[in-house]
Amino acid sequence: MAQSREKRKLKQHIIEEWTGKVFTSLCIVLLVVTIFSLVYFVATKGFSSFIKDGISLGEIFGGIKWKPEGEPPLFGALPFIIGSFSTSILAAVIAAPLSISAALFMVEIMPKLGRKYLQPAIELLAGIPSVVYGFVGLSVIVPFYRDIFPGQGLGIAAGASVLSIMILPTMTSIATDALAALPPGLKEGSYALGATRWQTLARTVIPTTLPALMTGVVLGMARAFGEALAVQMVIGNAPHIPKSLFESASTLTSAITLSMGNTVMGSVQNNVLWTLALILMLMTFIFVFIVRFLERRANR
Amino acid sequence: MKKSLMLVMALILTFTLAACGQANKTNTSAGNDAGANSSANGEKEKTTELSGSILAVGSSALQPLVDQASKSFMDKNPKVSIQVQGGGSGTGLTQVSGGQADIGNSDVFAEEKLEAGPAGELVDHQVAVVAMAAVVNPDVNIDNLTKDQLVQIFTGKITNWKDAGGPDQVIQIVNRPSSSGTRATFEKYALGTKTDDLAGAIQEDSSGNVKKLVKETPGAIGYLALSYLDDSVTTLKYEGVEATEENVANGTYPVWAYEHMYTKGEPNGLVKAFLDYMVSEEVQNGDVVELGYIPASKMQVKRDVDGNITK
Repeated sequence: MAQSREKRKLKQHIIEEWTGKVFTSLCIVLLVVTIFSLVYFVATKGFSSFIKDGISLGEIFGGIKWKPEGEPPLFGALPFIIGSFSTSILAAVIAAPLSISAALFMVEIMPKLGRKYLQPAIELLAGIPSVVYGFVGLSVIVPFYRDIFPGQGLGIAAGASVLSIMILPTMTSIATDALAALPPGLKEGSYALGATRWQTLARTVIPTTLPALMTGVVLGMARAFGEALAVQMVIGNAPHIPKSLFESASTLTSAITLSMGNTVMGSVQNNVLWTLALILMLMTFIFVFIVRFLERRANR
Repeated sequence: MKKSLMLVMALILTFTLAACGQANKTNTSAGNDAGANSSANGEKEKTTELSGSILAVGSSALQPLVDQASKSFMDKNPKVSIQVQGGGSGTGLTQVSGGQADIGNSDVFAEEKLEAGPAGELVDHQVAVVAMAAVVNPDVNIDNLTKDQLVQIFTGKITNWKDAGGPDQVIQIVNRPSSSGTRATFEKYALGTKTDDLAGAIQEDSSGNVKKLVKETPGAIGYLALSYLDDSVTTLKYEGVEATEENVANGTYPVWAYEHMYTKGEPNGLVKAFLDYMVSEEVQNGDVVELGYIPASKMQVKRDVDGNITK
């Protein structure tokens, strides 16, 4: 009697084991298929502007004139590429010191207050939809820049300001984790040698956690690079390389969202937009590789 | 390490969901075909009750009207389901031409976007007219611009309002993206020429943002559909003609365009019933007027794809 019950239990466990295995493997296969077909889809679409429409690589990467409706149409995407890079780098430059300092405060200086109230508050920023950021940017930041600086307020500076707030939570939470994971012995050793808190932070804590902190910065930049809606609302969208930070400019994402819906699938302009999407995707891959590289260094 | 793994996972999940969304779309369109068939069958059986589903995709300028009309149509025919999606005129034309959607909404003639082959297969249903007017920031004290002045402003030949009869103030152009149907209409009928995107000019994707920026930016000029106009911006006369419904209807104000609902081939069954409803007096004098469009039935002039006007 007891033996048969145990047998039944064993059988049940085997069934559980197998259903679990099958289910999880199915999920993995689905994910892998999805990501590969996505890459394939964007790549074929993106390459068709070179292959089918005969646009040269040099024109897209080196051309500074974007006139898709002109005669003849010109597809120079350099203004967008420059716009994307300058906006996301500037955003990272603004956000990195803020987020690393905030993480230091929350972990090293006031751990109780920081962990309990400040971190959730900063992470709340991550949940705000980007259209809200864009609208706040358009209603607050743009008029502010317009009053203070020459120009219309829209431009790379406004875009970078909005983005810097959006990427704060990513950077801060990664920096917080990195600092919290630091072995306490390191700090204690430093204190034991008579170092002040400032010296400990500046000479021991930050240098040791630097690769992890940089990971956060790069991930934040990747997010900034791919953000479309909020940037599009505040950057002005003129397809030119701007002469100042307060002049209307464009990014890869804003160029895509602005025109994708209005162009017909398969037309030259639509294909070029897919090429821009391909560039974006490749950039994201590069960001991921940089993160991997930094992490390997951090783990060593 | 864990963090980035999580990130990658989240990324993949998003893609999967997006893919699911896509799959759903094709499912519904398959359902539509079935719906169209069943309603065709229904006609044979001489039953008067309509059933099935319609997918209408395209122009965001036309979307509110189709959306509102479809709701009252569904109230009358409870077995009918109509989905109205935005996405832009290009998307609407692509999808109706490819058979994914039953109706493609567009601000422009199909011939202007598609090649002659696929455009020839589409049947045009003009349901409303949208007129546009140039607007300026209220601090720019002018109320009229000639066609010549507009062309010079939008091509960058005039950069200060003092050269167009206004105060000494730099002109700031607030444009729509070059692929937009609204911009195409404005360029074709108000300027008569295509314009390049000038350095420093602002491009906004929605009429709401154009209005906001023109209202706030000193020296700004833009253009809006009549339904967006109010006192926060100054509406300009075009060649001395005011942008009113009467002037559009009798042909004296030229800056307007049809709102098209395209079907692939002649519509039948449910789609035809819905399109008939769109041009019925009830919708034309109700929803169309209410939402700031001009009823197609009121137009005393007609215009073809090349811009030729007939009375």
